Amino acid sequence: MAKQVLVIEDEPNIIEAISFILLRDGWTVKTHSNGLTAVEAVLERKPDVVILDVMLPGKSGYDILRELRELPETAGLPILMLTARGQTKDRELAERAGVSHFMTKPFSNAEVLDAVHALVAPVGGAT
Amino acid sequence: MGRDTLTGSRIRERRIIAGIKQVDLARRVAISASYLNLIEHNRRRIGGKLLLDLAGILDVEPSLLTEGAEATLIAALREAASDPRGKAAELDRAEEFAGRFPGWAYLLADSRQRMATLERTVEALTDRMTHDPHLAASLHEMLTTVTAIRSAASILAEPGEIDPEWQERFHRNIYEDSARLADTSRSLVSYLEAAEDTSSDPSVPQEEVDAIFDAADHHIAELETGEGTPAEVAEHLGSGRSEPARAMLLRSFVRYAADAAKLPLSVLSDVVAETGADPIALAQRCEVDTGLAMRRLASLPSDVLPEPVGLAICDASGSLTYRKPLRNFAMPRFGAGCPLWPLYQALSRPMMLLGQTVEQPGQPAHIFRTFAIASPTGPAQVNREPLFQSHMLIVPQTGSESDQSLPVGTTCRICPRTGCDARREPSILSGRGQIGF
Repeated sequence: MAKQVLVIEDEPNIIEAISFILLRDGWTVKTHSNGLTAVEAVLERKPDVVILDVMLPGKSGYDILRELRELPETAGLPILMLTARGQTKDRELAERAGVSHFMTKPFSNAEVLDAVHALVAPVGGAT
Repeated sequence: MGRDTLTGSRIRERRIIAGIKQVDLARRVAISASYLNLIEHNRRRIGGKLLLDLAGILDVEPSLLTEGAEATLIAALREAASDPRGKAAELDRAEEFAGRFPGWAYLLADSRQRMATLERTVEALTDRMTHDPHLAASLHEMLTTVTAIRSAASILAEPGEIDPEWQERFHRNIYEDSARLADTSRSLVSYLEAAEDTSSDPSVPQEEVDAIFDAADHHIAELETGEGTPAEVAEHLGSGRSEPARAMLLRSFVRYAADAAKLPLSVLSDVVAETGADPIALAQRCEVDTGLAMRRLASLPSDVLPEPVGLAICDASGSLTYRKPLRNFAMPRFGAGCPLWPLYQALSRPMMLLGQTVEQPGQPAHIFRTFAIASPTGPAQVNREPLFQSHMLIVPQTGSESDQSLPVGTTCRICPRTGCDARREPSILSGRGQIGF
């Protein structure tokens, strides 16, 4: 059975592109655009991996990440974070909050796929 | 050597500037050249008619010969010498230097002043680059759009069949995103070009409004007299400004007009003539709220209040919504608001008027009395938290530093203070303000 990626991103055209490459690669893809309800969406959909944007309406990706790491169900969930800010301090902030992988915009489709594969295989056990 | 003992040096300096030989000057005032030489080397005291005669020939006020350079020039030289970089300067001979070489002394003092101004500019630009929300948002928007275009283009360029529906969707996305990228780029270029002259052409709406108030010296005469409605005055003064700026300007003018109606300039002038720039007395005497009293004091023209006051107003998020700067009081535009501590403290203690003396670094330190209060922006509503805004009035004080005053800086990066518990980052001023010291 295909594993599921939840893409939490508010930019619709980025959602479409990421969804397309993941679907083509054999993943099940769910999307969510609201920062305020992102944690609930993760708990409800139980994805195998989350792609999380930093700047979301209502709540920042850092805050969502911290909340997910405090919950036993999502403490170890692989999370790939996407941001337009690539400064060292942003990376450190994400690492302190418990990010699994950090990627700065503009990224390529191949980079996203490689990162997701590094976190979990689309079918079967983790790579 | 004291100021009054340098009269001879000043006479010599002035004589040389005037191009008169010592012997000729001596003859014209009917004394011997050797006696004038003794005077010029401060070995003989001089006064009375001889001083008046010499001053007349040298075409200067006698007091300039006896009292020397202006006290402010001496103070400026001492300030320059007090800087760690000026530790080799002979501080105790500043007056002698000013008396003997006034041209060089003024040049040094002016250079020092210019350096301080440039440091302030560096601070403002650093502040803007670090905290400018418009710049950060624009760059984020551009990177996000570029990412979307790159992803879609990459999918279309890759070998292999793509479902026509997806293909059409990505073509459309690329078209939309490229148009958005063009708009954002154009907007960003305009913004950066405008930033080269922020004083004359600000492009953040709040800065545009600030510039209009600054140009009017924060006194809008048409709204005081009722000659124009807020809409008319906003239309006139906001001409050529952006749409958001004009909308913000109108809101500001509506409040200004309402304030002026509650506390007319004639009444305000009478009270201020008695109490000075005292918002507490003004609020009590005129039975208005303290925030309104502060706003009215900040709007006073110089013929009513010769020593201007500064005013900062922020909303509950800490964003400055009104900003009347004051000389020697570094008021930030974005973030890093150390000088505005009382303004933010008031937000944590709503409805309590906080009085605090603050001290900006300098030689001598600049002292200001501040009054700050946070109050609701509108009437109470059932089961709704009120929205607060905070006012802070800044009144210049004369006098020396005090243990009671709150030391504030500019921004950490160029703040010279050492031993500040609130320091977040080291100062770029060499060897100063290191964290933990």
